[in-house]
Amino acid sequence: MNSKTIEKRFDVIRTILAVIIALLIALVVIIIVSDDPMNALYNFLIGPITNARRFANVIELSIPLMFCGLAVSIMFAADQSNMASEGAFYVSCAVTSVIAVLWELPAFLHVIVCLAAGTITGIIIMCIPAVLKAKWQANELVSSLMLNYICLYMGNYIIRTRVLDTSLGITTSLVFKETASLPNLIPGTRLHLGLVFVILAVILCYIMMYHTGLGYAIRTIGQNKNFAKYAGMGVGGVVLLTQVMGGALAGFGGATEMIGMYNRFQYQGLPQYGFDGMLIAIMAKYNPALVPVAAIFLAYIRTGADIMNRTSDVPYEIISVIQSAIIMLVVAKMFLNNLKHKQIVKYSKMQMEKKEAS
Amino acid sequence: MKQIFNIIFSTQFFYSILRISTPIMFASMGALITSRAGVINIGLEGIMLFAALSGVIFSAASGSAWVGFLGAVVTGVLIAILMSYVALVLKSHITLTGIAINMFASGCTVFILYLVTGDKGISSSLASKVMPSVELPLINKIPIIGEIFSGHNILTYLSFLGVLFTYILLNKTVVGLRIRAVGENEQAALSVGAKPVKYQFIAMLISGVLAGMGGAYMSMGYVSWFSRDMVAGRGFIALAAQQLGQGTTLGTMSATLVFGTADALANNLQALQMPSEFVQSIPYVTTIVGLVVFSIAKQRKELKRIRENNSKTA
Repeated sequence: MNSKTIEKRFDVIRTILAVIIALLIALVVIIIVSDDPMNALYNFLIGPITNARRFANVIELSIPLMFCGLAVSIMFAADQSNMASEGAFYVSCAVTSVIAVLWELPAFLHVIVCLAAGTITGIIIMCIPAVLKAKWQANELVSSLMLNYICLYMGNYIIRTRVLDTSLGITTSLVFKETASLPNLIPGTRLHLGLVFVILAVILCYIMMYHTGLGYAIRTIGQNKNFAKYAGMGVGGVVLLTQVMGGALAGFGGATEMIGMYNRFQYQGLPQYGFDGMLIAIMAKYNPALVPVAAIFLAYIRTGADIMNRTSDVPYEIISVIQSAIIMLVVAKMFLNNLKHKQIVKYSKMQMEKKEAS
Repeated sequence: MKQIFNIIFSTQFFYSILRISTPIMFASMGALITSRAGVINIGLEGIMLFAALSGVIFSAASGSAWVGFLGAVVTGVLIAILMSYVALVLKSHITLTGIAINMFASGCTVFILYLVTGDKGISSSLASKVMPSVELPLINKIPIIGEIFSGHNILTYLSFLGVLFTYILLNKTVVGLRIRAVGENEQAALSVGAKPVKYQFIAMLISGVLAGMGGAYMSMGYVSWFSRDMVAGRGFIALAAQQLGQGTTLGTMSATLVFGTADALANNLQALQMPSEFVQSIPYVTTIVGLVVFSIAKQRKELKRIRENNSKTA
């Protein structure tokens, strides 16, 4: 053991503690606002594992969260605050829906075309802030946040003008063709082939990040851009590539979600998976291998909050309190810092004593 | 085409520019002050949203618009304190903290709205108040000018006082000097005894006050209710305006008015045969275009300077 492992161990402890504190805050809020807090708490915390269907919901929800979490992890690891995953996901859902409704293709081919179109859309959207920054140094954070609003309207426009179903009161697309659907994994649930895709994506991203030169370059650029530059890494190219990969993941995730989970486009606004992806990336410390853990946790509390929303008087939006508290505590350097320092000092003293004794 | 020109050259159009620019003006002044202290306040969006909600709740509870306004400003400051504490004292990443604040605001305002009204979308069941409009004496007698500048909500005038305040604060006061010093070079400021965190905290508090007023205007002037996510990116547009303004008060104000004009144009184009989605995107597209144009101008200027230096040495 050395001081570096102490640092690493504290990172884990800090993340877990942040989650616990955030949950405690939520519990206190629930107890204050609810007339029947025990029922609300039960549904929130235990609800998702009371039956198989609900637990399947957790896994279903974690699929798009994992895709977006991976996308944000790769971009943030290279220190690119590109928040366009949200918009990329949304427009890719819209484009996929159009192809799923209008095109006539054999079953296997239709799925491939849908996924490819979604992926390409995602890449195009995500590259807009990337190119604006590379070419003109326009702040990618502000431009990508603006882009998300534009994407919302762009997606709505695509759906409204191409495939709007006017028979229902709300904005939904027409029903997808039978051929544009991912096979179901377990009958009785909505678990679809996307789960296999996302597991593959996690493995590939992990290998890319920790066992290839590209991953090393990404992590080096994220930690010290100038060092990477002087070491002769093609910083511009790598940075752009992270955003191409991010766009591909978010877009593919959008397409998978559309044809895996639904048979028509029915979002009534941005689904927030992009922002959730950021939370997941932060909790996972940009490590693809930890993304599923964070995504399943988030999917669990989201499903729990949804059940609580339906069965008690506490609204779903309690989730935002938990999410923001986790982000703030996980990224706060000084949180538990004293304790960490004490540990390191104690360890160093021990080492010194050992040396003197020998 | 003729129809568009008729709209642009009407007094109502110029009147609407001022009306629409007001919330962005408050926020962009807040963005300017914090950015001069070396802090990017991404949380402006969330601060405004919280302030907008508490303006509605406090004015409905008390029956007085001014109490609502005060409530909004205090809420703005409280959220700014929370954000500053996490970002500056607990030393977390300022951008991520800001995004967390926005997430928090987006959900928590709906949460509170639901607890208060039982509705998750809009506060129309609350009898909230609106800040009064003001007829400017004498000026309202002048043709054209009077129609454009008189009869606005009192907060619109306050937003321009906010610009004046920001200018004086940054350029004529000791606190402003320290804020700029801290933003320019933390180490140098520290060496002459100006604690960076202290002045960054002060800048954040002031931006909380300003964004709080902007939020109050959203729900008690621009419209007379609160609806979910009603700030709709104005905090981010303000950040862009501050970047376009190159750190000067006048530049930031001008950039804000440009965005306000684009927004006003968008509102008017809705009457024409344009897809509503395109029209609604205009403010955001303008912001991105503005960012790019500004960056190109800055690059040209630097190139020119380098060339001049080269020719001098040659």
